[in-house]
Amino acid sequence: MAGRSARRWVAAVPQQVRHLGAIFALLVAGLVGARQVLVPKTFGERGHYRAAAVDSIVAQEIGYAGHAACETCHPDIADKKGQSYHRGVACEVCHGPQAAHVLAPMDHKPPAPRERAYCPLCHGYNPSRPTGFPQIDPVLHNPVRPCISCHDPHDPTPPHPPESCAACHGEIARTKAISYHAELPCTQCHAVDRRHSVSPRQQRPSKPTTREFCGRCHAQDADSPPEIPRVDLASHGPGYVCWQCHYPHHPEAR
Amino acid sequence: MAGELPTTDEATQDSGAAPGRRAFVTACGALAVTTLLVELGTDLEAEEQAEGPERYDPREHYYGMGIDIDKCIGCGRCVEACKAENDVPRDAHSFRTWVERYVIHADGETAVDSPSGGIEGFPEPTGEAGVLRTFFVPKLCNHCANPPCVQVCPVGATFTTEDGVVLVDEEYCIGCRYCIQACPYGARFLHPTRRTAQKCTFCYHRVVRGLVPACVEVCPTGARIFGEVHRRSSPLERFRRFNEIQVLKPHLNTDPKVFYANLDGQVR
Amino acid sequence: MRPMQGYVYPNEFELHWGLLIVVYPYLTGLVAGAFILASLARVFNVREVQPVYRLSLLTALAFLIAAPLPLLAHLGRPERAFEIFLTPNLRSAMAMFGFVYAWYLMVVLLLEIWFDYRKDLVIWSRGSTGVLSLVRRILTLGATDLSEGALRFDAGAGKLITIVGIPSAFLLHGYVGFIFGSVKANPWWSSVLMPVVFLFSAIVSGIALMLLIFMISSLVRFKRVDMACMDKLAAFLMYALVVDFSLEMLDFTQRLYEAEESIRILSQMLSSRLVLSLIVLQVLVGTVLPLMSLALVAPTVRKQGLVKVPDELRRLIYFVVAVLIQIGIFSTRWNVVIGGQLFSKSLRGLTVYKIELLGIEGMLTAGAIVVLPLVILLVLVKLLPPWPDAEAGATAGIGLGLAVSPARR
Repeated sequence: MAGRSARRWVAAVPQQVRHLGAIFALLVAGLVGARQVLVPKTFGERGHYRAAAVDSIVAQEIGYAGHAACETCHPDIADKKGQSYHRGVACEVCHGPQAAHVLAPMDHKPPAPRERAYCPLCHGYNPSRPTGFPQIDPVLHNPVRPCISCHDPHDPTPPHPPESCAACHGEIARTKAISYHAELPCTQCHAVDRRHSVSPRQQRPSKPTTREFCGRCHAQDADSPPEIPRVDLASHGPGYVCWQCHYPHHPEAR
Repeated sequence: MAGELPTTDEATQDSGAAPGRRAFVTACGALAVTTLLVELGTDLEAEEQAEGPERYDPREHYYGMGIDIDKCIGCGRCVEACKAENDVPRDAHSFRTWVERYVIHADGETAVDSPSGGIEGFPEPTGEAGVLRTFFVPKLCNHCANPPCVQVCPVGATFTTEDGVVLVDEEYCIGCRYCIQACPYGARFLHPTRRTAQKCTFCYHRVVRGLVPACVEVCPTGARIFGEVHRRSSPLERFRRFNEIQVLKPHLNTDPKVFYANLDGQVR
Repeated sequence: MRPMQGYVYPNEFELHWGLLIVVYPYLTGLVAGAFILASLARVFNVREVQPVYRLSLLTALAFLIAAPLPLLAHLGRPERAFEIFLTPNLRSAMAMFGFVYAWYLMVVLLLEIWFDYRKDLVIWSRGSTGVLSLVRRILTLGATDLSEGALRFDAGAGKLITIVGIPSAFLLHGYVGFIFGSVKANPWWSSVLMPVVFLFSAIVSGIALMLLIFMISSLVRFKRVDMACMDKLAAFLMYALVVDFSLEMLDFTQRLYEAEESIRILSQMLSSRLVLSLIVLQVLVGTVLPLMSLALVAPTVRKQGLVKVPDELRRLIYFVVAVLIQIGIFSTRWNVVIGGQLFSKSLRGLTVYKIELLGIEGMLTAGAIVVLPLVILLVLVKLLPPWPDAEAGATAGIGLGLAVSPARR
């Protein structure tokens, strides 16, 4: 009875729908089956991705061992460097990725850059570098000689203090050299303690702080050669210190 | 001195052979390097390290990076380290991280360049007359908390891990490049031979072992700070406390986890 | 072309979506357009365009079959394409491709064609042998019931599917627009109008294509071109073109007026890289010129058109207009896809697209993919003749004289 009524019900459905339905059912079953087989096992375990992918990414080989690994075996160099200006520079910056060396110290010897071109990567003068970062002009600074002949990379403070301000303050020296102030020595305006060349941050040079200081040359009544431009200190930009508008190392610049 | 090193070797081989994630992570936790680092103390959180040999649990971490523009000297060591560590193609248009130089002129014109991604440093600019400000900006994947690249990936081949790192599944990526289009930062590229999308992983393979990303390791001036977001003892959190922080393209609401200090408004 | 200028992110050196991705929305646009034209005939009972009903359906199918090919060819790892059906990311606009495509192909187009042709298939396959007949018999899927009730069911189902099909066609192409319009990283793409503009340009291109195919097929079959149908098509083409152009101008005006951060680089791109493809080809040649020609000769405002021209000349004008529109719409796709990648997301520089001739993403592949649907259409037309005089029972029929009255069986 039930079978017959079901058959009658099926017969009531148009032939087209029955045949199409069968095909669609086949397609859907195929898709569901394919999904069962083809979707990666770990897909969806932790989110909409293959959890196993994390494993293969984690399994990637390490190239840089990290400075801690170096310091275990090379405490002497680590100590020396730790006291120097290069204390923040990890060993592998210059010596390259050395995980292989950590695993087999004798088989993999770390390279050490000795050529003159290497150090200017950091210390060559470039105006975009932050102010105060030690920079030299690779062309003018003791030409030809490799940097390591004067500077120990693990303690780069030179054995004898720099003789000219330009050795470290290349940017300022070069700017000043093409300005009307070219002839003035740095000490004209800056009182520099002798120790500044050894401990630059601890002993900072002085800077002029008053209008009157510039007035010693540029005031109307200054006792200076007549070709030096004069201003009336009383009316010329009162309330401002000169360097707020004029850059002393290049005063004609705007 | 060298006595400990073979242990490291064994552990690495172990980890290579272990098939499952759990087994692997256990092995990786046991990695002698990590133990080594525990004893020495590293940049990473002390209590993290104290867990030592226990397995790495991604749910306990949430990573980000800080970049101090005022410290970047444009030496390009990070770019070099990234290419070396991650086997990034050595061409001039495949970078997981790169350094840009901004030169803002007094007339308001801003010139930006990044020759070879900055991997060989930057030649001194010619004609520097009229320069108002100039500085370097390291760039990398921002590991957005709200990543458009993950949103658009049609097959689930790029994803955010539980510790907040956006990764690409190289064996599943179909190479449609929709993620490259969707990334506002240009941080993704198509690997020229593997034909799948690639990007910075925060050196995930290093991070789970308690190391910092290669670019952070080699940055000579400490311009890059790696650590955890929202954990007070993290160096990154300290960096965020003591600096005024900006992120790139905040109007796109991608919620980046690379935080810039002293960023100029001209940087895009 | 000028080399790269300004600053481009290093990873943006190469364009990631090339010519093939231009071809893809162009093809799907033709699908949606052709289908919407067919539904005009069926649902809205526009008697004049009845002759192109079946032809439009077959054209839509032919182009739909070819549409995923450019996508597949451009994939970095085409062998993994099936993953899009296995693990679609429901938040991804592109993952929806699988669903929208499957829905449109399986549920809408194939079903509508099947229901429409079923009676003819049964009749054509009866009594004759040969490969063609065998294929037709297989295509009936064994549903050979030609009773009055069954035929009424066919008609009803066909109509229902067409009604479902209209929003589906909108969905298909609106969705393609959404793939671009939803990329917030790209100011050239990111626009809510993108799906709508895509849709109307799709309708424009589809109608223009049908105009061409109808005209050419009539000429090839040595039949008189049905000018009533042509005029109606031209009128619809004109209406669609007006809407399309207005939307594009709205989008353009909005961008210009808002003048967001990106406006500088975008106008730079417009005035240097896109002069030919956007201003000349898309706007002047592809829109303004056809619009003016149609306004003059097509029976829109007045029954005769503004200028009364003889049929032959009008036909020629329609032909030229339809070709120009194809060029214009292809340029539209080009300007969206390529234009959206010519400027850096740093908004500081422009790059160049170096188009290849050979290679998987080159001009030859793209050309082949554009021609392929026409070949498929040729096969389909052989298999399922869409001509009114081929319909079984209409006249003597093609090749078989079995004019069975559908009422009895």
